[in-house]
Amino acid sequence: MKVLVAVKRVIDFNVKVRVKPDKTGVETANVKMSMNPFDEIGVEEAVRLKEAGVATDIIAVSMGPQACQETIRTALAMGADRGIHVLADAELQPLAVAKLMKAIAEKEQPQLIVLGKQAIDDDSNQTGQMLAALLGWSQGTFASKLKVESGKALVTREIDGGLETVELKLPAVMTTDLRLNEPRYASLPNIMKAKKKPIEQLTPDALKVDVTPRLVTLKVEEPQKRQGGKKVGSVQELVDKLKNEARVI
Amino acid sequence: MTLLVVAEHDNKALKGSTLNAVAAAAAIDGDVHVLVAGRDARPAAEAAAKVKGVAKVLLAEEPAYEHLLAEDLAALVVKLAPNYSHVLAPATTFGKNFAPRVAALLDVAQISDISGVVSPDTFVRPIYAGNALATVQSKDKIKVITVRLTAFPAAEAVGGSAPIETVAAVAGAGLSRFVGAELSKSERPELTAARIIVSGGRGMQSGDNFKLLESLADKLGAAVGASRAAVDAGFVPNDYQVGQTGKIVAPELYIAVGISGAIQHLAGMKDSKVIVAINKDEEAPIFQIADYGIVGDLFKIVPELDAELAKRKTS
Repeated sequence: MKVLVAVKRVIDFNVKVRVKPDKTGVETANVKMSMNPFDEIGVEEAVRLKEAGVATDIIAVSMGPQACQETIRTALAMGADRGIHVLADAELQPLAVAKLMKAIAEKEQPQLIVLGKQAIDDDSNQTGQMLAALLGWSQGTFASKLKVESGKALVTREIDGGLETVELKLPAVMTTDLRLNEPRYASLPNIMKAKKKPIEQLTPDALKVDVTPRLVTLKVEEPQKRQGGKKVGSVQELVDKLKNEARVI
Repeated sequence: MTLLVVAEHDNKALKGSTLNAVAAAAAIDGDVHVLVAGRDARPAAEAAAKVKGVAKVLLAEEPAYEHLLAEDLAALVVKLAPNYSHVLAPATTFGKNFAPRVAALLDVAQISDISGVVSPDTFVRPIYAGNALATVQSKDKIKVITVRLTAFPAAEAVGGSAPIETVAAVAGAGLSRFVGAELSKSERPELTAARIIVSGGRGMQSGDNFKLLESLADKLGAAVGASRAAVDAGFVPNDYQVGQTGKIVAPELYIAVGISGAIQHLAGMKDSKVIVAINKDEEAPIFQIADYGIVGDLFKIVPELDAELAKRKTS
């Protein structure tokens, strides 16, 4: 079966983001960018499905400026077979991304679409669910385990109270949580091989999708800073302070 | 203006998260209706009718709603939504699972995890693990919103007496099927509702060592949480995780033990009223946001703290 995997280019998780002085957003110039960590988990899961003989063809999809091709190359080096890049320099919000993914899914007819449960930049946690709704497909969000057999997917989900398992009719959309797997590092030979794998470039216009943002960002600010840093010398002093100064115990 | 809150519940009772979502709806203004979809869920609907500030409860009963699968619940909410200006759900795994489906089917944006209401169409939400706050305005006719629990103090569970109206269920799509659940059982308070949380990180070294924190938690009436590192290492189950992509908490007191303080963890707890950090590494970033830090070996300090609390309790 064919598997589509969405990969987003985001500010690397180790970077301490800084709000721009004009409050229009966060600083992205000269900042290290990487694949969204949840999407890495998605690529890894797809590659494992292929290694297990379940998936035949893995397509990594990214949307945004030209530089997203680097993110696609990373997915190709991890084991995806080919890439699709939707070139868009303007902001793409989750609903627009879901509509673009839907258009691609209609062309490619995958049995499974894997997305990260959330991107660590806008922290929206929406696109997978929106895509499943637009396609009229089932969804398995926040997955920590996946088993595909006889036209169905068994997905174990991380929920607030513990774990839940659902059985999905295929085709389906799955979004990844942290415990699904540990993504591999691409080996040097695979990075070299990835350079020769094809990436198709499309545009929202070609896919006939209106990507006009529905939410207008009025401003982006820094949250209030916490005044921390005090140290206490002993457990007794700590308990005294918690009792008499902070009054929380 | 009439707003719809989709209740999180287990058919027998409302989950506390519903009360935070009602509070957010009340902050937007207008009449607040609560939808209880479930199987034999009248007790939950009756609880919703008692919540202060609720004008009406809608009850939709259908065997398929027992486990509130996203596909079926979203279809019902989409049918009801045209009567409302806003549809709200708690930003829990329940709300996050179905709300974007509702938004997409209505062809509107979703505003995720709001932490503030500026006006009926403008909201504040944390982005980049809470390192920035975005103020966003929605141009859509219906606003689909998930609510950050810690930003809206719970509506009072009693004091209201709203009428309960039965609404027709929407036939299930049969796209997915509930197979089973393994829910953590604990006598301790729920993480997102606890007044005090004792949390452990990689420094705990093993799941067994979490017994030290459990003993401490029991003396304080606290919940036990963990950092991602402790969950990934298998010390404790996933539902313990506090952080950007786990649970967001803001208790009166958060005691971080053996947690270095990665930004992803801080994102989940930095709004706690008082933070205590116990860590052997003086340079650990957790100390920068802690109100009270103790540098030292947690395996010495935690038992000492435990004994000190026991001593004061009896004296």
